[in-house]
Amino acid sequence: MLGFFKKKKPNSDKKERGVSADLGILVFENTSEVIRAENVLKKAGWCIRVMGPPPEIQTGCDLVIEFPLIEELNILRELNNADVSPLQVVPVTAPLLAPVNLFQTKDFGDYLMVRAANMKITVAKADLKIVNISGGGCPDVPYLAREMVGKPLREALRPKDLGHTLCGYALELAYEELLRKC
Amino acid sequence: MLGIVGTVPDSQFPLIHGKVRWVGSHIKIEDRRIAVNRGTPSLMAAALNAFECIRCPEIYAFLIGDTGRGDGSQKLYQFLVQHLPEFDFQVLTFHYLQPDVDWHNKVLFAVETMQRRPILIADAGFMYAAKMSGQSECYDFFTPDVGELAFLADELAPHPFYTRGFILHQNNKVPDLIRRAYQHQNAANYLLVKGQSDYIAHGNRVIKTVDHPSLDAMEAIGGTGDSLTGILTALCGAGFKATDAAVLAARANRWTGYYANPNPATQVSELIDKIPQALSGLLDTEHNEETHGRYQKNTFD
Repeated sequence: MLGFFKKKKPNSDKKERGVSADLGILVFENTSEVIRAENVLKKAGWCIRVMGPPPEIQTGCDLVIEFPLIEELNILRELNNADVSPLQVVPVTAPLLAPVNLFQTKDFGDYLMVRAANMKITVAKADLKIVNISGGGCPDVPYLAREMVGKPLREALRPKDLGHTLCGYALELAYEELLRKC
Repeated sequence: MLGIVGTVPDSQFPLIHGKVRWVGSHIKIEDRRIAVNRGTPSLMAAALNAFECIRCPEIYAFLIGDTGRGDGSQKLYQFLVQHLPEFDFQVLTFHYLQPDVDWHNKVLFAVETMQRRPILIADAGFMYAAKMSGQSECYDFFTPDVGELAFLADELAPHPFYTRGFILHQNNKVPDLIRRAYQHQNAANYLLVKGQSDYIAHGNRVIKTVDHPSLDAMEAIGGTGDSLTGILTALCGAGFKATDAAVLAARANRWTGYYANPNPATQVSELIDKIPQALSGLLDTEHNEETHGRYQKNTFD
């Protein structure tokens, strides 16, 4: 999901030109909008990645989208068409914080747990039902747990659709890792 | 009185504040019944159950609905900034709130204008904001898990989501992470770190560890950290010294697991039900073993 500049659509040469271009970031009002914009841009094949904002615009629970500056107009048009326009477009002048990409898996015998950053999700191996969600500190964690626990892994609404915060985003990463393992 | 500030996962839930009490299997504030599953309701329920064993002041909670959009948290922050100075709390615990540095700073300023400065405990999102604000040392307790401790130890990370890999890899070196968090002034006066072993740290060093009983399944159960912070809140409010409160809270929380015999699918409400049994068992044992009891009720050090 966070692979940098991976080719999403084999035939979209135009959208691959940004590999060596200078980079910019798209700043949105909140994390929910970042997640929406990421979905829109990745679905369309754009080469982007979700990163941490530079210190001067951090508020505490933020994501930004890093993109090739040369494609700014096309990307803004794509986002505008999807009604999810950024607040600001800023050139990248220093390395950005990268989200965690380490996963830890714990096998409890009848249950399997995956942790990404501060979020953990556990399923029963027998029926792949989500039995617990733990960790995290943002207010959507109890909400995500309420909506997802007890549901089959592949039928549950996903954190990327329900979540609004970095904890929700981390849970999505753990969820995806669990999908790969089950 | 003890104060607890947090959110419930319901966007329609209005801002309410009032005394917290049990009504059947729900907790009640004003005319609102609230289910106990995880999050701030679990913290409140754990504190209420701890009260069954110790003499403690009443709990007063400030709650609002927030499903992660942050709108509820903002309204609650605004209310606290305006009204906190009107309240008098012995302990004030901040929990699931949208991390926001600006609002955190305003709330902390409001706390400083209260007639009596309460013992300040921060967990979950508010702890994230406290760390990012650079004002961790204003707090008496942080209660991170090991992943969150790595975030406290990473002086650059604004959220656990950005903890750098070389620090995350030190998950099995908790004392090193604790030292690093203190070194960069990103730790509260006391840390109660929950994990395979629980660590109580103060002044840049580990002063106690608690690792018995040890139940693997507890790691998977959402809300065990909430219950720990709830018990800690109650014990601090009952006048236990900081280290004693932390050790007793850690031990009691572990014994709830022992009595509930959990598996990774167990829900935290089953553990919270066992708090009176666990806590009273520990207090009785200590009382019988030592004439004066191991745990001292005294002023907060």
